[in-house]
Amino acid sequence: MTFPKNLKYTDTHEWLEELEDGHVRIGITDYAQDQLGDLVYVNLPEEGDEVVEYESFADVESIKAISEVISPVNGTVVAINEKLTDTPEAINDTPYEAWFIEVSDAEVPDDLMDADEYQAFVESKE
Amino acid sequence: MKLIFERSVPGRSTTIFPECDVPEINLPESFLRADKPDLPEVSETDLSRHYQELSKQVYGVCDGFYPLGSCTMKYNPSVNEEAAALPGFTGLHPLQPAETVQGAMEVLRLSEKYLCELTGMDEMTFEPAAGAHGEFTGLLLIKKYHELRGDVARTKILVPDSAHGTNPASASMAGFEVVNIPSAPDGGVDLEALAAAAGPDTAGLMLTNPNTLGIFDRNILKITEIVHNAGGLCYYDGANLNAIVGNARPGDMGFDVVHLNMHKTFSTPHGGGGPGAGAVGAKGDMAKYLPGEHVVEKADGTLAFERKEQSIGRIRSYYGNFLVQVKALAYILMLGGDGLRDASRNAVLNANYLRVQLAPYCKVATEGICMHEFVLDLAEIKARTGISAMDIAKSMLDHGMHAPTMYFPLIVHEALMFEPTETESKETLDEAAAIVIELLKMADTDPETLHNAPCHTPISRPDEVKAARTPVLTWKRA
Repeated sequence: MTFPKNLKYTDTHEWLEELEDGHVRIGITDYAQDQLGDLVYVNLPEEGDEVVEYESFADVESIKAISEVISPVNGTVVAINEKLTDTPEAINDTPYEAWFIEVSDAEVPDDLMDADEYQAFVESKE
Repeated sequence: MKLIFERSVPGRSTTIFPECDVPEINLPESFLRADKPDLPEVSETDLSRHYQELSKQVYGVCDGFYPLGSCTMKYNPSVNEEAAALPGFTGLHPLQPAETVQGAMEVLRLSEKYLCELTGMDEMTFEPAAGAHGEFTGLLLIKKYHELRGDVARTKILVPDSAHGTNPASASMAGFEVVNIPSAPDGGVDLEALAAAAGPDTAGLMLTNPNTLGIFDRNILKITEIVHNAGGLCYYDGANLNAIVGNARPGDMGFDVVHLNMHKTFSTPHGGGGPGAGAVGAKGDMAKYLPGEHVVEKADGTLAFERKEQSIGRIRSYYGNFLVQVKALAYILMLGGDGLRDASRNAVLNANYLRVQLAPYCKVATEGICMHEFVLDLAEIKARTGISAMDIAKSMLDHGMHAPTMYFPLIVHEALMFEPTETESKETLDEAAAIVIELLKMADTDPETLHNAPCHTPISRPDEVKAARTPVLTWKRA
């Protein structure tokens, strides 16, 4: 299981990447995809939608269950990773490349975990 | 086996029409379809053999052990079917005048009387077509209650994280926002989290007790008090009433509305053998809003239908799935109060008997005595051996048993949920326990066999991921 150093993490197992242009990308972690199992469907928001901190912005469906993906930030969706709709397995294969949405005007909260903190958090759940 | 379409031969049919003895009329061209519908053309013999072959691929309670947790796969007594097949019931039309269907109305009146006695409710409707439809109906009653009081800020329904998925779905469908309440370490509702969530925006709480972990929530009186003190109402999901019926009543626990799954507690057929019936009971003011036609006794002793002034309106045509209610009433009358009480006690006894046998070989998700079902947690076994709940479940099929419920409730990651029901004998439970113990031991000694199971079923292990990602839902002629 990997925990890239350049990302920030939530306790609901999303990762957040700050891009150079000030946008942020959001996806789900390696631990999340491992717990969910093979993903078969992703329901993404649309460009222009607002996302709200602590609220669901997408659903992922595995053969076990449907789960919500929670936004770590407030902001506006400026891009969605449409590729995931046809190939949800990309989230299982490369969870940190399979970003869900790109958000603008997002203020990144201070209380997100760094890679080491998140790794310790995940290990405490094992 | 072949599909019915693959047995089709052009021109063959099951029907011999008598000679036409009325004038033939040709429909206008514009109403005719250009191509014939591509329906299978088979003889009656072929048709019978097709369904006979299909029936042999089915596994039911009459084939063997069926511990599908949360679904309550108990035996459905034949006498229920006999009662429902009486011509006086099957020959009815729903629009017949009330004076010609007094017997059928008596079925509804008696069902209401007994089910209200068993649940502690005041009145009941039989309109809902199944459990989840009952949930939806119950939530509309709650909505109506707040609306009539002008209390329109109550938009949220509290649902524990161990709930059946239908609870949040029904709440959303009824226009509420769902607030998830976490479970405490003992598997019950986390009281602090509940108290923090309950407030002026709380419309109500939906609770299954015993819950999906098979735990009776010892704090139930506190739970309903917290919700009532916040101004909300309490909805009892009757999914697991079969564990307590005749021993404890939702009405006495503080619930205002309940739904009952006739197939779980009152032995009517399941799913494909349905249809369902999901009666909803209500207490006090809530009963004023019940949907549909209510059977009342007139001064002269005859029965009449009455519509309530403040009813939420119809939620289904006519009187619900009436014949299912006939089956449920037959079961209630056959067992009587003592019999129903003993049935739920036996369901609890059977579950605990099986749990105690399996516990040395696999972690049980909750400690102590369970109610009518229990959940094994295979997370440790999976981490150590790679054998998952799925592998054990599939292997059970090879031993002529149905699998338990897998991967539910979601709060247990490698869950196998066993519900033996009251209708299994000690011998069956011993045999099932011996097989499951053997399979759990094989996780260490022969994981390969478990991974490859089942080998003795008509279909081995379908590719569930492919089936979900690229489902083929229709047959097309090659």
